[in-house]
Amino acid sequence: MFNWLKTWLQQGIRTSRFPRDGADFPERFRGLPIRDPARCGDGCRQCAGQAPSAFLKMQPHGLVELDLGACLFSPEEASACSEGAISYSRDYRMAASTREGLVSPTGEVELARALEGRSRKLFGRSLRLRSVVAGSCNGCEAELVALGNVVFDLGRFGVQFVASPRHADGIVVTGAVNTNMRGALEKTFEAVPSPKLVIAVGACALSGGPFRGSPEVSNGVGNLLPVDLWVPGCPPHPLTMLDGLLRLLGVIESGKRDRS
Amino acid sequence: MKRFRELGLRNRRAVPLDAVLVEPMERFHESVVAAVAEGWRLAAFFGMPDGSDQTRLIAILADDPGGELGATSAMVGDRYPSLTPVCPQAHAFEREIAEQCGVIPDGHPWLKPLRRHPPDHLPPDRQAGSLDREGYPFFRVEGEEVHEVAVGPVHAGIIEPGHFRFQAHGEQVLFLEIMLGYQHRGVERLLERVDRDRAVLVTESIAGDTVVGHAGAYCGAVEALARSRKSPRGQTVRGIALELERLANHLGDLGAIAGDIAFQPAAAYLGRMRGECLNLLMLLSGNRYGRGLVRPGGAAFDLTPVMAGEMRDRLQHLDEELEPVLALLFESASVQARLEGVGVVPRGACVEYGFVGPVARACELPRDVRHDHPWGSFRFAHIPVATAWAGDVLARALVRRLEIQRSLEFTIEQLNALPKGPARVNCGPLRANELAVAMVEGWRGEIAHVVITDAGGRVRRHKVVDPSFHNWAAVALAMPGNEISDFPLCNKSFNLSYAGHDL
Repeated sequence: MFNWLKTWLQQGIRTSRFPRDGADFPERFRGLPIRDPARCGDGCRQCAGQAPSAFLKMQPHGLVELDLGACLFSPEEASACSEGAISYSRDYRMAASTREGLVSPTGEVELARALEGRSRKLFGRSLRLRSVVAGSCNGCEAELVALGNVVFDLGRFGVQFVASPRHADGIVVTGAVNTNMRGALEKTFEAVPSPKLVIAVGACALSGGPFRGSPEVSNGVGNLLPVDLWVPGCPPHPLTMLDGLLRLLGVIESGKRDRS
Repeated sequence: MKRFRELGLRNRRAVPLDAVLVEPMERFHESVVAAVAEGWRLAAFFGMPDGSDQTRLIAILADDPGGELGATSAMVGDRYPSLTPVCPQAHAFEREIAEQCGVIPDGHPWLKPLRRHPPDHLPPDRQAGSLDREGYPFFRVEGEEVHEVAVGPVHAGIIEPGHFRFQAHGEQVLFLEIMLGYQHRGVERLLERVDRDRAVLVTESIAGDTVVGHAGAYCGAVEALARSRKSPRGQTVRGIALELERLANHLGDLGAIAGDIAFQPAAAYLGRMRGECLNLLMLLSGNRYGRGLVRPGGAAFDLTPVMAGEMRDRLQHLDEELEPVLALLFESASVQARLEGVGVVPRGACVEYGFVGPVARACELPRDVRHDHPWGSFRFAHIPVATAWAGDVLARALVRRLEIQRSLEFTIEQLNALPKGPARVNCGPLRANELAVAMVEGWRGEIAHVVITDAGGRVRRHKVVDPSFHNWAAVALAMPGNEISDFPLCNKSFNLSYAGHDL
């Protein structure tokens, strides 16, 4: 008993103060990617096909668009531009309410809006989620589990992962939705009582991620279910997920980011 | 065995594909069985389409005490006599070959799909075999009071999908069968089709908790095939990252075991400390799992002196904080009583089935790639192999505890002695028609990547063997005699990868 108390005192309280503060990232952290128009303006298009993902989209008239939903946040995707116009910022906020909100010429994200009306009233202070893993690598799941540890402590915001879809208000989908899990995913979604939410987490669920194009996967959940929150990342940092969830619940102010 | 030695295959050394013997089926059978009887281990066994309608079966064998690897092969059409009845290590490999290549191993004791997907390595003129991907018979125990419990693929927590079928008498488990494949994404086929920049990202996503391990094995194979120079500094940075990965996962596993037996203080403290190690990987690589770090030719990010100092300080602090928590966990009588004698894997089964990693080491089998087939910085700095003997949940927890200590010591020592020079050197094109095997001791055990190139130096076959591929059978073997309610604890003590198995 004495040892229990001693370690308890030694350990202290480690829960972060997020969202007030507690979002510290090291210098090399690869957060929101940005494109500097000053270094990329004349439509050189040399980056076409250079990135090892579908992150860079070539538009007509030489315009390059960044698709965060397809970004794997690898160093190679930034170095696809030899002029150094693409770089990763340390901004961890990038969850959006729409898939289109993740595509822009400069990397600007239309951050998630809060639920409205009845949904807000139902879920705003208590949200129960069921996790469905459908063709992933277990990276996103590891970060979802980390959300429950003492540092991030998801429970203090009234969000909890539950054991059955019957107990849930929505599902969190990770993975590229492969052939072998498609049926189970559909059944789990059906088993959740309405109204219900779908949260897509990670590059795989958003676009197929590194498995995009494999005949065994269907390039994400968007073609199958109506998604309410899109969380990019490979895997997303726990704070990226938490930020998205809290925006959805209206705990963090909605709207565009301030570019300070 | 002499023929294996003459080949000169080692961890991360490439050999010409022509030098790998093509034996008549009978001889191939004899060679593999004789080698395994002498203590060699089947590290990989797979098929590669050869010509219009033939498949070349290739077996990679490992002599752990001797630090050597061997390879042999045979050409087959659509069937061959199964190795499994005399060499149980081949059981999952042969189901995989039947599924991927459409080649049926005659006499396999229970041939059925492994991952349930259409064949993806079929020779062009060959029709798919007779394996029915929908047909998956479960072993059943009959009896008046015997009942069946089916769990999954969607589980009660945030866990990967898999299906568990228990045959139980009351609470007591008589038999457990595990059906996997729900995470199948077609990784091997994808790796054979994409370029190197994309392939390394795919290998980082074979198992998201073993990013450094799998990318390290892939890069090791590529570097061997390219005869790339080695960057001592890059190798050391990779070694540090591998041990940070091990630390994070072992700490997380001990925390999860504590959570499963409702020992909350240790679960909370260790869960946070796991995050501390992930944050150190983020400090180095910009990602909590070390993505973006391991690249052909070395490491994409160097450790600056300031960073190395900070990492050392934080690890030393972690070490100090950790000791009382581990003491709290392992010295509580209630914890010991709860973990002892649960989920026992017999030592004989480890040898017979070729289990690897902490599962084997918890049965006093000192298998460790870092020790047996050392590479990179592990050639110069040796980590003692940690073993326990009881083969139960407590033994697997004890092995992790010892490995945490040794990884901490190793990492701090390496941070003090970083070699000079660049962290990454150029890695050129791959040599044509060669075979390379690269193995890494990931935190779950032996990761093996076998890469074979074609006449143009492109990847012709990429075989991935995650430690979970060997070890899932251990979970099934450990359960009979235990209560169903002990399954989560048992499963957690193995913490195998579904994604790594399913590819």
